[in-house]
Amino acid sequence: MKLKLKIWRQKNQASKGTFETYDVVANEHMSFLEMLDVLNEDLISQKKEPVVFEHDCREGICGTCSMVINGHPHGPNGGTTACQLHMRFFKDGDIITVEPFRASAFPVYKDLAVDRSAFDRIIQAGGYISVNTGQAVDANSVPVEQNVAEAAFDAAACIGCGACVAACPNSSAMLFTSAKVAHLSLLPQGQVEENQRVLNMVNQMDAEGFGRCSNVTACEAECPKEISVANIAMLNRKYFKASLASEKKVQ
Amino acid sequence: MKYDGKVPSGPLAEKWKNYRGTMPLVAPNNKRRLDIIVVGTGLAGASAASTLGELGYNVKCFTFHDSPRRAHSIAAQGGINAAKNYQNDGDSVYRLFYDTIKGGDYRSREANVYRLAEVSTSIIDQAVAQGVPFAREYGGLLANRSFGGVQVSRTFYARGQTGQQLLLGAYASLSRQITLGSVQMHNRHEMMDLVIEDGKARGIIARNLLTGELERHAAHCVILATGGYGNVFYLSTNAMMSNTSAAWRAVRRGALMANPCFTQIHPTCIPVSGDYQSKLTLMSESLRNDGRVWVPKKMEDVEALRAGKIKGVDIAEEDRDYYLERRYPAFGNLVPRDVASRAAKQVCDEGRGVNVAGLAVFLDFEDAFERYGKSEANAHGDHNPSREKVLELGRKVVEKKYGNLFEMYEKITGQNPYFTPMMIYPAVHYTMGGLWVDYNLETNIPGLFSLGESNFSDHGANRLGASALMQGLADGYFVIPYTVGTFLSKEIRTPKIDPNGAAFKATEKAVADRIGQLLGVNGTQSVESFHRRLGKIMWDYCGMSRSAEGLNKARKMVQDLRAEFYKDVFIPGSADEYNPELEKAHRVADFIELGELMIVDALDRNESCGGHFREEYQTEDGEALRRDDEYTYVSAWEWPNPDAGDPTLHKEELVFENVELKTRSYK
Ligand SMILES: Cc1cc2nc3c(=O)[nH]c(=O)nc-3n(C[C@H](O)[C@H](O)[C@H](O)COP(=O)(O)OP(=O)(O)OC[C@H]3O[C@@H](n4cnc5c(N)ncnc54)[C@H](O)[C@@H]3O)c2cc1C
Ligand code: SF4
Ligand code: FES
Repeated sequence: MKLKLKIWRQKNQASKGTFETYDVVANEHMSFLEMLDVLNEDLISQKKEPVVFEHDCREGICGTCSMVINGHPHGPNGGTTACQLHMRFFKDGDIITVEPFRASAFPVYKDLAVDRSAFDRIIQAGGYISVNTGQAVDANSVPVEQNVAEAAFDAAACIGCGACVAACPNSSAMLFTSAKVAHLSLLPQGQVEENQRVLNMVNQMDAEGFGRCSNVTACEAECPKEISVANIAMLNRKYFKASLASEKKVQ
Repeated sequence: MKYDGKVPSGPLAEKWKNYRGTMPLVAPNNKRRLDIIVVGTGLAGASAASTLGELGYNVKCFTFHDSPRRAHSIAAQGGINAAKNYQNDGDSVYRLFYDTIKGGDYRSREANVYRLAEVSTSIIDQAVAQGVPFAREYGGLLANRSFGGVQVSRTFYARGQTGQQLLLGAYASLSRQITLGSVQMHNRHEMMDLVIEDGKARGIIARNLLTGELERHAAHCVILATGGYGNVFYLSTNAMMSNTSAAWRAVRRGALMANPCFTQIHPTCIPVSGDYQSKLTLMSESLRNDGRVWVPKKMEDVEALRAGKIKGVDIAEEDRDYYLERRYPAFGNLVPRDVASRAAKQVCDEGRGVNVAGLAVFLDFEDAFERYGKSEANAHGDHNPSREKVLELGRKVVEKKYGNLFEMYEKITGQNPYFTPMMIYPAVHYTMGGLWVDYNLETNIPGLFSLGESNFSDHGANRLGASALMQGLADGYFVIPYTVGTFLSKEIRTPKIDPNGAAFKATEKAVADRIGQLLGVNGTQSVESFHRRLGKIMWDYCGMSRSAEGLNKARKMVQDLRAEFYKDVFIPGSADEYNPELEKAHRVADFIELGELMIVDALDRNESCGGHFREEYQTEDGEALRRDDEYTYVSAWEWPNPDAGDPTLHKEELVFENVELKTRSYK
């Protein structure tokens, strides 16, 4: 199939970017990134600079790939990362727009690559359980109900890709942050530090310049791991509770 | 020169305990004065960096990824072993040790493997305490499943995303230490070279991948946890960025590379679909718990399949050859990986492969749907369900166990494995070879340690499933925090290492020169095209089966490829910017040299063992023929300069005091 690609090109953080148009011949068995590989090989053979895009596992788990395809972070298919999107979902003659995730907290480094280190800092603010190596009790000493463990897993499945932020008109990081809070809060091991964790993570999120959540729920729709907005509701409740608790302490 | 593994004396089961109790320690006030560099944030690196930080050392940690959480460990699917014996099915530390030694075809060091089995149980405790949501039974206790090469259920799992959840646990601990200030994290920094001062590893030269700037980082010791080199084959299940350069640069500075030819070809991966293909996708071994592997008995069925006239489901039961169950009745579909891969290759070589290219076999879940469906129906009081109902219920159970794998399969192939058997074929997956290390996980360069897949230590000639996660975390959480003290306790009077010393400056210059050399070629062929060609040579001649004739031919081909690379590679862009093509060029250049060493190693080893199958050495029924009389050693290769002649072989003889060397049989 013959395709026209309109791709965002931007030399570095300081420069202004622009869309460039390229022709590429693909086939339906390729993944979207393999199609971009073909384009890049072609550009290199003409001694031109290839399109920079980030990727690693190419199987939807590392969260590295990050691009907006035809207006959708990770492309139009639900529950799918860009690297898992296959060309059989496109047809001959299609014009495809590819641009980076856009959010002020995710500045563009080059072409489609952005800086998502803000997510690391949100985790560093409290997305952990404070247990040193060797301090743990026997794993089976605290049974966890199967459905609770499953629910914690559902939230823990977040790959930290940032599509939720790119999808949100406010560039809010609530889905990402709430997924981590929910994962840890659901488990008995994580409940001890819950209040402090919630406050610290939300404060960090605000400090990074992510916007407020106004319940648009575009994040859930675009999340490749189908993380539920119910986590956001849970975060809000926990945040409220934790704020009250910390006020009490101050009094 | 013979290399000493520094295995402590005493009975096997007491070695680690006694050693730990008597080894020199570093006092807390001294730990604060000592700097450690950890390269890598996969399971091995993240667990090491966080634990060393907790202990009070100053840790500087590096990854070329944009975040520690992206390390390739994130992709591990099936599970992690531990000798917990929660299932009460006869498991024990000794049994895990024995299975691992046997699975590795008696080519690993007893004491290291025993220690691995011993600390395995603490890993699960630690992970659960960090909030890793392992699968659980209805009663709330941890669930287990089986992996290949064993007859107990000792594998802990978190759906098909065990690596992700374990890495997120280690990443969380690492993040906590970053906040506490004991670990300084350097993302998007690639180690380009190792700095050696007065014979000791004292630092690294790193390249800031965003700006291209070279940086000198100094420490009292250096720990490499930089993963495996499966991508030397170009196509593999490894993440695209996984590479050998950190380890290879250490080899260029005098470290030894052990058993480089020991490569694991995983039997269950999605087959290659075209020339543009960039990587292969694993379908976890856990699927062989429930999936049955088969090809048609009759050639006419094979032809009809390839012509698209019939589907797998159309072939009658009696016309199917469940070749693993037939050849290996004791272990059936759960034979170790090397055995399963070779068997798949054999049936495909016979012409019975089931896809158009003839390079695929079926992995079929119909039986599992039926088995689980029936017990579900029973559990719900329905004792006479229709077959359709049974299959439907069964599919639900299977979905719970492997849902994400089935989904991944469908995304890639466009076929729904709940209704048609999967097609699979072996693919490069893991490298047992790696930097030579002693019992302390220290290389032959004092102060240089290696953990996880980047070392060779525990898996011999074949790794059992779910044992890499175990090893990475054992090394990082429970071994290196102790053994690093054997080196650092002698360094407590050493002042901070100066990154402006002569050795640092010279090494930095060597890196700059190499980058200049690569960019200066300004030829016509892309880095990718060289990598693809290297991969094909390695797969054809140093892959699932090898022969002296093929290997000799391949060595020449790789040498020619190397010469061509330095004459004709083209790298766009410059050194002082974010330039992924330049990063790749540096990695591919190292892969080419490593590829040659793998071939040399495969040629030296005139036997078949584990993943290394030499066609000249097989039994009458095509099983591997190991030659213990001559090859019970670790090959540790020294090759600081490939331009200055052949690599030198050092042998570490393997001594087995506790197990009897037997022909591995899974029949
Ligand atoms: C698809 C797949 C599924 C698997 N499933 C399982 C399983 O179910 N069970 C199991 O036990 N094993 C499994 N394995 C194997 C296992 O995942 C790996 O062996 C293990 O995760 C390796 O961990 P590691 O910490 O040694 O290295 P990695 O996770 O590969 O980490 C390497 C780290 O080093 C860094 N690095 C490398 N070079 C440099 C450099 N030059 N400069 C800076 N940083 C550098 C990287 O950025 C990364 O952080 C699987 C492997 C694959 C490919
Ligand atoms: S919540 Fe979803 S979209 Fe957001 S980072 Fe996690 S996986 Fe990505
Ligand atoms: S490349 Fe890993 S999720 Fe897409």
